[in-house]
Amino acid sequence: MSQILQAQASTITLPPEGAPLPHTASTAPFEPNAVEVMTPEQERVYLASQWQLMWWKFRRHRLAVISGVVILIIYATAAFAEFLAPYHYTTRNTDFIRAPRQEVHLFHDGSLIGPFVYPYVQRLNMENLKREYDVDRTRPQKLRFFCRGDDYLFWGMIPGNLRLVCAPEGGTLFLLGSDRLGRDMLSRILYGGRISLSIGLLGVGVSFVLGVIIGGIAGYYGGKVDLVVQRLIEIVQSLPHIPLWLALASIMPPSWSPLLVYFGITVILGLMDWTGLARAVRSKLLSLREEDYVVAAQLMGAKPARIIGLHLVPGFMSHLIASATITIPKTILGETALSFLGLGLRPPITSWGVMLNEAQNINVVALYPWLLYPVVPVILIILAFNFLGDGLRDAADPYR
Amino acid sequence: MLLKYILKRILVMIPTLLITSALIFTVINLPEGDYFETLAAEMQAQGEKADMSRIEFLKKEYGFDKPVHERYFWWVTGLLQGDMGYSFEYQRPVREIVGDRLMLTMIVSFFTIIFTWIVAFPIGIYSATHQYSWGDYGLTFVGLIGLAVPHFLLALVFMYMANVWFGTSIGGLVDPQYLNQPMSWAKAASVLEHLWIPVIIIGAGGTAGMIRSVRANLLDELQKQYYVTARAKGLPPGKALRKYPLRMSLNFFVSDIGDILPSIVSGAEIVAIVLSLQTTGPLLIRALQSQDMYLAGSFLMFLSFLTVIGVLISDIALAILDPRIRLQGAATK
Repeated sequence: MSQILQAQASTITLPPEGAPLPHTASTAPFEPNAVEVMTPEQERVYLASQWQLMWWKFRRHRLAVISGVVILIIYATAAFAEFLAPYHYTTRNTDFIRAPRQEVHLFHDGSLIGPFVYPYVQRLNMENLKREYDVDRTRPQKLRFFCRGDDYLFWGMIPGNLRLVCAPEGGTLFLLGSDRLGRDMLSRILYGGRISLSIGLLGVGVSFVLGVIIGGIAGYYGGKVDLVVQRLIEIVQSLPHIPLWLALASIMPPSWSPLLVYFGITVILGLMDWTGLARAVRSKLLSLREEDYVVAAQLMGAKPARIIGLHLVPGFMSHLIASATITIPKTILGETALSFLGLGLRPPITSWGVMLNEAQNINVVALYPWLLYPVVPVILIILAFNFLGDGLRDAADPYR
Repeated sequence: MLLKYILKRILVMIPTLLITSALIFTVINLPEGDYFETLAAEMQAQGEKADMSRIEFLKKEYGFDKPVHERYFWWVTGLLQGDMGYSFEYQRPVREIVGDRLMLTMIVSFFTIIFTWIVAFPIGIYSATHQYSWGDYGLTFVGLIGLAVPHFLLALVFMYMANVWFGTSIGGLVDPQYLNQPMSWAKAASVLEHLWIPVIIIGAGGTAGMIRSVRANLLDELQKQYYVTARAKGLPPGKALRKYPLRMSLNFFVSDIGDILPSIVSGAEIVAIVLSLQTTGPLLIRALQSQDMYLAGSFLMFLSFLTVIGVLISDIALAILDPRIRLQGAATK
């Protein structure tokens, strides 16, 4: 102890008693960056835009990134369904009704001959009148790649017939089996994804618009308007959705064209799902409308619609996108459920729900389990959207 | 204070139900024309005249000669008196057709909630107290799948698996011979025997959601000072957990029922259709398909009523548990 005191006394030389202490302040201009030099890493963070920060934060959420990639891949397959599917989704192979899955092999009798399938030989079981398919293991049929298959109109506009993979010459290619009309399940799942996935986006678009408008009005005006809207939200949220969706879907006249039904379903799905978004918009607006920049805009004579749309909503767009992502799977599920029950989309439109409609009867499913395959992409996309939504929600607030 | 809160809560419920009924009535009146026009046209096409008086009678009986708002009024007062309207397709009053089905729907929903609680509570507590353990990860993942997989797909897969593994059908809710029979011990036993499968399927989604929220809320509470103090002064972990944070998380537990109840009722309907349970689900969908709108409307109203009552009960339970809510008059979440 005493040693330390001695050491201190020796280093500090105090001026004599009564004399002023030496002046220590520097008169040179203060440059904070010179004192505390930021590493290039830190500088990058300080200069990054909000979206960039969000991207960095999002990137750390592994599962969300993987889900995002999965979603992109699924949407891409739906976009290029014509090219990827081996058949057109309405092509019937009347000789191969409810054929099971065909497997792709590489080796035949120990020698490599590239991807090929064994053809089916159909046989009618006279006891239960069930069509049975025997695999003919003597005749390997090579698959054709980048081949000319069924004609199609790419996105309903460009005619073409180039496909990634086609059935072998004189054979069939049912990688996931065929349905009751002998249509290839894989091709139908690829085409059906286009409807199921786009209806999810469109439905969320409808609820997004509704949510922002209704929530925006409630949050901006507050008071009585807010009270009414809040009650409305509570009521809509307390209703059992699916029965109401069913009721709304059932009032669409049967004379409507498939396209009209498609848009009708979209609106119906959006009509019930806006409440979550409206709540988010409302609570954000309630706090943001007191900000100075809003007052400034008001003083300059901006109309409420302009203030809400141009000044307020962009401020929490990231939150809105995150909450919208979480409602997309709900909408996809809604369409699937409606079509599954036969009240949603109707053939000839093909969606995953419409395909599952054929799997409603358990006796059919027990005999032909491959009819359940559309379940797989439904579950996959819903899980992926849930994870992505979680990641986005965390990333939406990069400063936290 | 509590009584006042309950009264206030019930008063709020009345306009909710009124608006709901107006919404539903609008929906069921949206299709063009009414059933009588179709029926009359059909009969005339077949050259029948005899039943025209019957149609006129029915039209009067159910107020179809009156304007819409009066019809709405009659519909609502009828509902209040237990008259659920007339099913055109079955040519009988709705009440007669419905029979047991409303009761069975309530039973299924009730047991689903109980199931949700029994399963979600221990798992949520385990997940929160063993955060980032393998058990936590595993249970969270299973929960997410339960949340993501839609009821009707789960029902389909269950049916398929039961068929493949046991060779039996798991459909139905009560053996056919008991349907529309008065309640008896044998019938109750038969219902219980069939009940567990739909309950598990319907409960899966809600259970997963509840596990998530119990876990999150309990984790919040576990970090608070009072818990740290309790542990620091030497309370064993189990007792400290039971004494303080667990009681706090009970709140969310009860109030969450209000959130998941609509989805339970929805799910119950869809699962009922897939599993062909003798609840309101299959009847509702058939009514909607044949545009038997009064039958459908009464069902919808009943389902909404069930939900609103459920939310009311959960709110009251919450008020009993947490005095702050009684004082503020609104649920804090």
